[in-house]
Amino acid sequence: MLGIVSYGAYVPLWRLQRSAISPGLRGEKAIAGFDEDSITMAVAAALDCLQTSERESIDGLFFATTTSPYSEKQAAATVANALDLRRDILAADALACLRGGTIAMRIAFDMVKAGSAQRVLLTAADVRLGAPESSFERDSGDGAAAVLFGDSADVIATILHHYSISNELMDVWRLAGETFINIEEDRFIEEEGYLKVVGEAVSRLMTQQNLAPKDFAKAVLCAPNPRCHRSIGAKLGFEPHQIQKPLFEEVGNTGNAYPLMLLVAALEEAKPGDKILLASYGDGVDVFVLEATEHIQSRGLGLQAYINSKRVIDDYRRYTKWRGILPLDKGRSVLMPKPSLKEMMRRQDETIRMYGSKCRVCGAVAYPPQRVCAKCHTKDQFDMVRLAEKRGEIYSYTVDYAAGGLEIPIVTMTNIEDGGRAFCLLTDASPDEAGIGLPVEFSFRRSYQDIIPEYIWKARPIRIRE
Amino acid sequence: MESIKDKVAIIGMGCTKFGELWDKSEDDLLIEAAYEAYEDAGVEPKDIQAAWLGNARTAMRGAALAIPLKLEYIPITRVENQCCSGTDAFRNACYAVAAGVYDIVLVAGFEKLKDAGPERLRARYLYPDLFPQVPIGLPAQEFALKATRYFHDYGLSYEDGKRMLSRISVKNHHNGTMSPKAHFRREITIEQAMNAPMIAYPLGLLDACGVSDGAAIAILTRSDLAKSFRDDYVLVKGLGICSGAKQAQLRDDEDLIHFEENVRAAKIAYHEAEISDPLKEIDLAELHDCFTITEAITYEDLGFCPRGKAREYVEGGVFDLDGDLAANPDGGLKCFGHPLGASGVRMIYEIYKQMQYKAGPRQRKNPSLGLTHNLGGTTGAYTVSVAVFGQRD
Repeated sequence: MLGIVSYGAYVPLWRLQRSAISPGLRGEKAIAGFDEDSITMAVAAALDCLQTSERESIDGLFFATTTSPYSEKQAAATVANALDLRRDILAADALACLRGGTIAMRIAFDMVKAGSAQRVLLTAADVRLGAPESSFERDSGDGAAAVLFGDSADVIATILHHYSISNELMDVWRLAGETFINIEEDRFIEEEGYLKVVGEAVSRLMTQQNLAPKDFAKAVLCAPNPRCHRSIGAKLGFEPHQIQKPLFEEVGNTGNAYPLMLLVAALEEAKPGDKILLASYGDGVDVFVLEATEHIQSRGLGLQAYINSKRVIDDYRRYTKWRGILPLDKGRSVLMPKPSLKEMMRRQDETIRMYGSKCRVCGAVAYPPQRVCAKCHTKDQFDMVRLAEKRGEIYSYTVDYAAGGLEIPIVTMTNIEDGGRAFCLLTDASPDEAGIGLPVEFSFRRSYQDIIPEYIWKARPIRIRE
Repeated sequence: MESIKDKVAIIGMGCTKFGELWDKSEDDLLIEAAYEAYEDAGVEPKDIQAAWLGNARTAMRGAALAIPLKLEYIPITRVENQCCSGTDAFRNACYAVAAGVYDIVLVAGFEKLKDAGPERLRARYLYPDLFPQVPIGLPAQEFALKATRYFHDYGLSYEDGKRMLSRISVKNHHNGTMSPKAHFRREITIEQAMNAPMIAYPLGLLDACGVSDGAAIAILTRSDLAKSFRDDYVLVKGLGICSGAKQAQLRDDEDLIHFEENVRAAKIAYHEAEISDPLKEIDLAELHDCFTITEAITYEDLGFCPRGKAREYVEGGVFDLDGDLAANPDGGLKCFGHPLGASGVRMIYEIYKQMQYKAGPRQRKNPSLGLTHNLGGTTGAYTVSVAVFGQRD
């Protein structure tokens, strides 16, 4: 059976109290940490989706975002590397379009259907910026989702139908070189844009397939703001209980990740036989009708667990510094040379995949990998072992108040379960949380980032405990 | 293997004032130290047959010494070995002298750290092998990791551990007030040290040494020739140096409460100098107090006190200027700052002056053996030098 094999989501730990943007605003928006971007969040969602499942049969990877760190250079290549996927896969970015996630979903589904790929992993993430205090800044949030498509007996949901419209409209856009999203007048973008286009596609699909709103357990509708979301549900004839909670209060509209995150939320609650309507939006619309199979069950850490695990900040300056909106003091900033790109290339198994070496003679694990064993001194007799998805425990730590940069680095020597030790930073933690013996997991993050994006795995306190 | 003991003599030394020497160039520092050393040794520049230059960051070649001093057409070797650069240059010079290849050689240690700015101390510059796990890190974090673990393993509360470290800082600052060439020359209190702004938890500003500029120069000869220059020459008794292979980072069974490199380098130096009870036999030691925790752990590694007893010994005054073994009688890195390549030779300068009873108000009574110690690098991959010096027979 063709369909969704697994799914995952990621919501960053950090939430900005909306009242910090402007007094009187309600709720929170999820914000990427200072060392996160769309690539790192996509990796986090994909790890939630894949967990311990085998990755050998993944033949394709899509990464959908409007906020790739690169205007030229594929981001999916980094995501694939961090996820420890095979080299001989088709990896692709879906860029610039807000519904890149669902466009890629359609392609992924077709690839599996055509038999050109066994399994295809779809990831989507966004960190979109609105100008300070704009309505877009208020309504948007950061997050990521991942969905694995395949053809197997145990798919948890199938795609019954799909329908797409391509629509030319300047309603939401960002020109090359611009930082902030531009939005045209509210009523125009709602009436000529979202409500009109989504309304048209959904009703055509329903007519074509002889479906009615009552046939659906859930409608996943991805509106740019709460007002639009209320209008579309009513316009399409869904009852309030049928409409998937839009997460505006807790997370915000997460761009490319948004339709997939809401789909993940719907799947988490779905029962066998439930039909789910999914409609994205952006330069048109993709509508899907999915049906949960008898294999549906809660998988992954769960979107809700990520939503519940949070740290709320009300410091707007901190948020704007993280996003580079508020500049840092250049006089004493962290000036560093450009890293050697040749060295980065040679060391990517160490940095991006976080492999250690495991000695075949004495079993000692070393990170970074060593050709001559640090314990028994045997040369070139080792296996590369992936440490990124292991847990560890802080052996010692310090808080480097003198280092400078966006956030005060917490530096650790972390012992890894099953052997090995990593000299690494602790992220998603405040200094008072650090301690000897603290259990940690690893999280793919940006390292030093002022010249070119550099990535590394950092330790973080175990985010969600089963 | 033969020992270096009593084969090489120091016959002259010079040392600049250390500090933020904005108005002095690299050349100024080398000239100042060299001409003090020439005068002290009673030699002319033309008498120098070979030279070694210990420098970690700022001078990239032997010519950096030839140009200002106009040492024309003699072999000059630049030695880089992190914080041991000065001492390692000295060690290499000793071997050439002991081999009988040269009669009179010059060793310079210097660094103009303040011209480069603090960015040069970040991990990516200092330890490219650590890139990119902690790229913006400063050296304090490495030693703070040891302090956190030292407190934990010996059951010291933050206050107890911090008090021990502060006591070391207070001692060094006190000694520094008597050193005219030191960068910082003022007394501090335990309370000031304990409450100083945090640099890298649990190390505060007054646990850290300064960053400064400086140069020191020694003139060496074979010990059988030394008498023709002066009566109070100082003999090299032992030279130990070793490098770690990053074990404490690569092996999860390594502790962080000792520096194995310290233990090994001291073993070599003590063997050469025939020292069996370091606390009893050594009168004064210039230790690498880049951070107070380094000095504390070094007491234990060098056999000055039993494991875990640094606090007891420190608080008992064992390492005070009038204690059993004066540690950092001139104020150490704490007061001189740490121009990387200069520090090792500057330490030897203090031992040399003490042996000659020329240390002024900080003079120890009847010093017979003095030791210098440097440690530089990153966890598990430090380079450590231990050198022992003594009076002429």
